[in-house]
Amino acid sequence: MQRGRVVALIDGAAVVRTQRAAVTVADPPASWRVGMFVDVTTREVIGGGEHLPTSASEVMRLTPARIAHLEVRARVLTSVRGFFAARGFLEVETPLIVPSPGLEIHLDAVAAGDGYLITSPEYAMKRLLAGGLEKIFQVCKCFRANEHGPHHAGEFTMIEWYRAFDTIESIARDTEELVHAVCGDHAQLGERRIAVTPPWARLTVRDALGKWAGVHVAGDESAAELTAAVRAAGIEIADGLAWDDAFFTAWLARVEPALAELDHAILIEDWPAPLAALARRKEGDPRTALRFEAYVGGLELANAFDELVDAGEQEQRFREEQQVRRDRGRPVYPIDGKLIAALHEGLPPSGGIALGFDRLVMLATGATTIGDVQALAEAER
Amino acid sequence: MYDTSDIRKGLKVLMDGNPYNVIEFQFVKPGKGAAFTRTKFKNLLTGAVVERNIRSGEKLEPANVETRDMQFLYKEGGDLVFMDQTSYEQVTIAADLIGDAHDLMKDNLACTVVFFNERPVDVTLPTFVQLEITASEPGVKGDTSGNVQKPATVETGATVSVPLFIRVGDTIKIDTRTHEYVERVNKT
Repeated sequence: MQRGRVVALIDGAAVVRTQRAAVTVADPPASWRVGMFVDVTTREVIGGGEHLPTSASEVMRLTPARIAHLEVRARVLTSVRGFFAARGFLEVETPLIVPSPGLEIHLDAVAAGDGYLITSPEYAMKRLLAGGLEKIFQVCKCFRANEHGPHHAGEFTMIEWYRAFDTIESIARDTEELVHAVCGDHAQLGERRIAVTPPWARLTVRDALGKWAGVHVAGDESAAELTAAVRAAGIEIADGLAWDDAFFTAWLARVEPALAELDHAILIEDWPAPLAALARRKEGDPRTALRFEAYVGGLELANAFDELVDAGEQEQRFREEQQVRRDRGRPVYPIDGKLIAALHEGLPPSGGIALGFDRLVMLATGATTIGDVQALAEAER
Repeated sequence: MYDTSDIRKGLKVLMDGNPYNVIEFQFVKPGKGAAFTRTKFKNLLTGAVVERNIRSGEKLEPANVETRDMQFLYKEGGDLVFMDQTSYEQVTIAADLIGDAHDLMKDNLACTVVFFNERPVDVTLPTFVQLEITASEPGVKGDTSGNVQKPATVETGATVSVPLFIRVGDTIKIDTRTHEYVERVNKT
């Protein structure tokens, strides 16, 4: 049975657009009108047709390419769930509206009800680890204000997973195997094919900056010293920048463009301490945090931590982030007291990661913008 | 002042004293880092293109740049005199600013002039102009293919290569970007 909408009636034939194709029907019944839904097999009118289709902005017209992307998206979602189920992970769903949305300095939360929409499900999932769960994953919507671009949407889907009693190394293996399970040996980004067969290449942040930007970063230098080093490497940079802004000025100017040229996936590991976020510092090397970022064809796909489990250090970092937010005139969100309490009670050594599901679908379809793999993109709301 | 949310194609900004036009921009945000707008700017004076990553919160200075429709009136030595089609104000512009195409300019030609701090900095001619041939050797009979060309002088004094079948009195269409003959135009 094929059903669809009559999009044209010409020369004794009707063109009916079904989900998969445009079908031409010879000698259509006289009752058929443009805009009606009809059954191509029985030639019955199902309904509609009172209003002629109006402009494209009002009517959702999915192109065959877009429909194909949505079909891949649904398949990827199924295979992600299968991937984690086969490895003994428990799927969880945590609240989307929370009192403490996360203090990460460069993320803006969206207010909702008596709290905020989550920017990631991280805090809640760590409390579940403290509560006794070992291997958990979640696929959920996350919300970030003021992020709109070819690789960013204010509302997007995240895959987040954790392994208690385990390390960031197992998370790295999961990541490589998941992307390989979804994309096969090659991910697609536009016309480019990027090899994703495990194991992936690895490079430390310091080596990446040294190799592509000619900047040596230690992790304990001052912001002014880092700025001077970036400028000495011939990169245009303003004075008075914070340490992280100086770092990312060099990163965006030299490292990201070089990562985009690679024809294979890569894990960028060992982040300098000022960019530790919620990662644990390396044993015997306090300037380095156990964190990696997965890049595929220049697309930043995932961020992983060997989780910080020290309650005192975590609370200290939250307070510092609140202070930076206050200094920069940005909203200061409350500290998640229940997370701190859970850390005090004890979180096992754990690894965790957040991976952009929409970006994973981009790599599975070759789409070059995030809106292309969403059922209704931001601009189509 | 502009901030990153104002960035769009065609925005005119001042950087290091030079006026720039935004020709491309893209939102980028490295994980755990600030949002930047990766922006390509074209220098309105030199045409040079530069790329800069503008951090969210950074300010951009608006450039006092204005685009006006003006009509070419006449030449005066090495200068050309234009008139604003709205205000009827007259402005003298050095021929250098127009470049090679200045010898294709006929009276009353409509052009676009870009002003920076009230000073003209760029003149854009229409892509095509129609001019009459005032002098040219007669072509060799029989060759009408247009593959062989000869020099011809047009009414503004410029020399243009034209096919052999073009005669004095013909009007031809010329590409102002390349000085190339495009086609013969039937006189109206």
